[in-house]
Amino acid sequence: MTPVQIDFGKSERVVGIDLGTTNSLVAYLDTAGHPAVIPGADGDKLVPSVVTLTRKGDIVVGNKARAALIDEPDRTVYSIKRLMGRGVADVQEELKLFPFRIADGSESVIRVELGDRTFTPPEVSAFILRQLKKNAETSLGETVSKAVVTVPAYFNDAQRQATKDAGRIAGLEVLRLVNEPTAAALAYGLDKRKDGIVAVYDLGGGTFDISILKLHDGIFEVLATNGDTHLGGDDIDNRLIHIALEDIHSEWGKDISHYGDAVQTLRRAVIEAKERLSFVPATNIELNYKGKHYQREITRELFEKLITDIVDRTLGPCRACIQDAGVAADEIDEVVLVGGSTRIPMVRHAVETLFRAKPHTDLNPDEVVALGAAVQAGILSGTVENQLLLDVTPLSLGIETMGGVVSKLIHRNSTIPASATETFTTAVDGQRNVLIHVLQGEREMVKDNRSLARFDLKDIDPLPAGMARIEVRFLIDANGILNVTARDARTGKEHSVDIKPSYGLTDEQVEAMISESIDRAEEDFNARQVAEARVEADRILAAIDKAKQNDAYLELSEDERREIARALNELLVVYHGDDHLLIRAKIDQLNNATMKLAENMINTAVTGALKGTKI
Amino acid sequence: MGVLPSNYYDFFGLEHKLDLDLKDLERRFYAFSRQYHPDRYTLKSAEEQQTALDATAILNDGYRTLRDPLARAEYLLKENGFDIGEQGTKNVPPELLEEVFELNMALEELRGGDESARAGLEEARDRFVAMRDGIDGELRAKFAEYDVARDRNILAEIRGILNRRRYVRNLVNEVEKELAGAEAVR
Repeated sequence: MTPVQIDFGKSERVVGIDLGTTNSLVAYLDTAGHPAVIPGADGDKLVPSVVTLTRKGDIVVGNKARAALIDEPDRTVYSIKRLMGRGVADVQEELKLFPFRIADGSESVIRVELGDRTFTPPEVSAFILRQLKKNAETSLGETVSKAVVTVPAYFNDAQRQATKDAGRIAGLEVLRLVNEPTAAALAYGLDKRKDGIVAVYDLGGGTFDISILKLHDGIFEVLATNGDTHLGGDDIDNRLIHIALEDIHSEWGKDISHYGDAVQTLRRAVIEAKERLSFVPATNIELNYKGKHYQREITRELFEKLITDIVDRTLGPCRACIQDAGVAADEIDEVVLVGGSTRIPMVRHAVETLFRAKPHTDLNPDEVVALGAAVQAGILSGTVENQLLLDVTPLSLGIETMGGVVSKLIHRNSTIPASATETFTTAVDGQRNVLIHVLQGEREMVKDNRSLARFDLKDIDPLPAGMARIEVRFLIDANGILNVTARDARTGKEHSVDIKPSYGLTDEQVEAMISESIDRAEEDFNARQVAEARVEADRILAAIDKAKQNDAYLELSEDERREIARALNELLVVYHGDDHLLIRAKIDQLNNATMKLAENMINTAVTGALKGTKI
Repeated sequence: MGVLPSNYYDFFGLEHKLDLDLKDLERRFYAFSRQYHPDRYTLKSAEEQQTALDATAILNDGYRTLRDPLARAEYLLKENGFDIGEQGTKNVPPELLEEVFELNMALEELRGGDESARAGLEEARDRFVAMRDGIDGELRAKFAEYDVARDRNILAEIRGILNRRRYVRNLVNEVEKELAGAEAVR
């Protein structure tokens, strides 16, 4: 089969994507320059971040996959964002609360099981991104290959790198990673006040961020950011699931926590109850499972008691952020709420009390991040000219020095891009390489911080100890990701640096996943072509069926009728095959064979009309 | 874009002085951000993107350094060949010897569980905070002096004051950490 060459041309369209723990969205700037969320084929603006592998081997994302959470829990995964950029040791706590099935061989990079296949978190996220890409392309009627993707402000280097990898695997060029609270501020800043201090409180499904920004004349300058990358609505859900499971255990005498479908059904009931409690003072959690019924009333009062510590956990980072920003709480002019969990009255109240300001809720807290990402996409593509984001790195960057102590090079809340240069030398005569261990975090000791990567300065000229001078520049780029370059200060030549990331995929692994993804995309593309061709075929087959009832058919010669029959058979033969070009060729052949028939039908119709006869 | 200076003062187009108008600095910072930020070059060539990245790194590093009087002073000192390493803080300024000795005793007592030491520590903390503020006043005076005379000797004096300030700051931090159980800010 000849490969199809398609030239999509150079598209400068950049979309904004909110890759959320619970839901994902894609947005764009319309012709009037307003950001708008692009709905999926089902009309929904929110695409649940749920991925399932059907028994046929197809990947399904979104609302349809959500149903599979209950029907096929072992083939489905949700909240994959919680695993991005983390190692197996990091997620042990998570595993107690979430049904992630970690595959064997996950020592260097986590793999989750979907049915009989395994995928890394970036691959799973890539499936979600590809769905969003498809939704955008269908709606906009053009190729979409560039995107801005949002991440929690408090995401570390590995988590950011994993998100970028996901984009690449999905066939998207991620022009920029934008911090979620900053994106939300952008969405608000569009038509709100020009100058002032704004706080963004973002409590999503799995992550919490607080950012304080200074807005001045179109410049959005982040002063400080803080947060908790494992705190969100999921944890609130788990509290309710926990008491329900306990109830059920005592009422039914059965521990159903091991039945995936039961837990997922319960989870859905619990989420619906939780959402209702934002509007009513009491509601029921109901579960029907295998003929058994469970029901309990839950009051808002009890709910608030259950989640007090979770809400309290957000306040510490808020206070630290206010201090780091160098502002007083009453200097903050506006507070913006982001994320579904901020619909909970208790959360709103806590925010109002801490910031002494009534929070903004005019923009949909589920959509505001995607809208902001679309604005940033506009800034990057040059469509939006008078706005600029100046963001910061959330965590201090340091290197390991003697005694297991961390020496900080770039402090947290430094505006990015930011850099620091250190000069290294050798400790023994003839030493050929120097190993640098880079970490992120605020603590003093190596063991309390997050290992980012080890950089190996190799092939150093053999010299007496202490003579070499290698200048290493640590640069955190606008995505918040570390870049390291080295230079021999004596010769001025660039010095090669070998990078061994502590978490995540190597370049080779990502390349392999991209290839596999392209193959998959081609399969998809081909499948779509075949589906479209079959639709065409159905149309002409139906038309011919109808035409055979017509008088005009009887007026055809024996030969003509035989020709039509032959062409029809040939089309039916290729109809169920995979070759869409062949199907189309047979459609054309059938069209040709029935041209005379069509002409005759028109003539009969005209004659009939003139005669006043109904056909 | 041309070759941009890597010296912070030169990048901002400012005289190498110790007193700076912060509002003016901020204005320049915003203007250069609009001009050089990588977000303005994402669809341009890889070379232009790299230049924008490097330029903005200098801009941001420079702004961070020049807007803080202490970092600014250290930068200028380094420019003038002074070594501003942490060695100075190892030696206790002689006038503080007795205070520091008592402070260490009180810290030991509090760590050992003697809550009565708390009040004394809080007083000590307040004293050191006042001392630190006093030093800041000294520095401001010296900054103005240097900007007029541009005398290297004044820089040497400033280096001494900075060492003392760093020492007192460390004391304040240590006491506050012990009292509050949290990390204190400079």
